Formats: sequence, structure tokens, C-alpha cells
Amino acid sequence: MRLRYEIRGGDFSAGGFASTEVKKTLKQFNIQPLILRRIAIALYEAEMNVVAHAYNGAMEVDLESEWINVVFEDEGPGIDNIEKAMEEGFSTATEKVRQMGFGAGMGLPNIKKNCDEMYLESIPGKGTRLELRIYFKDVEQ
Amino acid sequence: MNLPQISGLINGTILNDSNANYVYKKGFASDLMSDVLRFHMEDTVLITGLSTIQTIRTAEISNITCVIVARGKEVTEDMLKLAKDCHISIINTKSSLFEISGILYSNGLKPVNI
Repeated sequence: MRLRYEIRGGDFSAGGFASTEVKKTLKQFNIQPLILRRIAIALYEAEMNVVAHAYNGAMEVDLESEWINVVFEDEGPGIDNIEKAMEEGFSTATEKVRQMGFGAGMGLPNIKKNCDEMYLESIPGKGTRLELRIYFKDVEQ
Repeated sequence: MNLPQISGLINGTILNDSNANYVYKKGFASDLMSDVLRFHMEDTVLITGLSTIQTIRTAEISNITCVIVARGKEVTEDMLKLAKDCHISIINTKSSLFEISGILYSNGLKPVNI
């Protein structure tokens, strides 16, 4: 199954809608609650990153019997230093993002924690591509 | 501890009642949604001074079904609508996070595992 959602940068009222929809869809598939929680959190953090930092983007979900693969692609300022961005506590978020309860530099490390595989690429000044994979296996990370 | 018991202890007002009989075992107090997303939140009441649509989204994503909005912060119609759609109960109270946490802890709610 393939799903695609557009994500508008700066639209905090809609931010999280796509992740919530995917979570609802996945609930129909008898996926372990703890795995479902990991997927929902990783997707929501990644979606909020697009809302917080990019001009616009999209989330493409590829759902197979043993795994879910999700690609976030956005047009935006990109990430200058990916290694630094992966550090807990490092953030370039604006005051508005912080007022929404985010921007504490926890997003990317939390995405990594909740995924089995994560690939992050960015071209500063152009945009960012984040690919995640989570397996529906019987163990929690 | 169920929703009416929690609300009674903290002089709260139940703005949305989606799970009146659910028994909550733990509490987590934070204004930082990123922190809420870091820990296991099942059976947990979220106590927060952050009253935005993202508070409700974060609760939904984290499997939280009861949010206490502290310090008398306004809960908007949009938040209430989303909370109803997601079956999340909301209690509003004028008390601070510190006071709510103290009362609920001394009445049996436990912290989440950090």
C-alpha cells in the first residue's frame, strides 16, 4: 500500500495530521502496539520537522507485510551540518516552533531511536530528504 | 484513578469526557512536547501548561487519553474538536504543574519510566 501526504511548512495547526492519518490506517493491520507507537512518534517528529523548518514537503508511505518505509522530502533551507543536527539539544528552531512545544533539539535523535533504519540527506539552500524504515518484528528496540 | 476522581482532586473542570471509567496509573508533567514523545505514555495523564493544537496531536501520537491543562490556560474550540475526534479527555484547572503533580502523586499516580 502506498500513501502520500503533502506537508505545508509553517502550518502548525495542520502539523501532525498526516502522521495521525497513517497511525489510524495502521491500526487496522494488527500491528503490535509498541511498534505502532514507534512508527507514530517517528513520523510525527519528522512531519513536525518539515512544518518547522521547510517551505513545503511531502511524506510518502510504502507499507509492506513486514515493514513500513517512509520518505520525507522537502524544499527548504536544508541542514548545514547533519552530524550536529543529530546531537541531542542542538536546534535551529524559531521562537514560534518553541512556543508549540518543540525545537529543543530532540526530534532527529528521537526519530533515530524509534526507527530500524534512517537515512538523512540534505542540500543546504535546497531541501532535505529523510528516509525511515521500521520492521513489524516481535521485539522492541 | 479515573477522570472524575482526578478532576475532583485538582478542582478541575472536565471540558471533554472521552474515557470516564479508564483507570490511569501514571502522570507526566511537561510543557515540552518533544519530551512527551521520548517516553512510554500508556496509562498516563499528561499535565501541561502548553495549550495548543500540538498538545492534543502529541497526546494522540503518544497514546495519551487524558490531558490536564494547567495554569488556567485557554483550551480552544479547535483543540476540543480534535480531542473529541481522538477520544482524549481534557481537564482544565487554574493550578500549577507543581501543585497538580503533588496532589496526584500523593494520591497514587506514579511517574513514567525515564
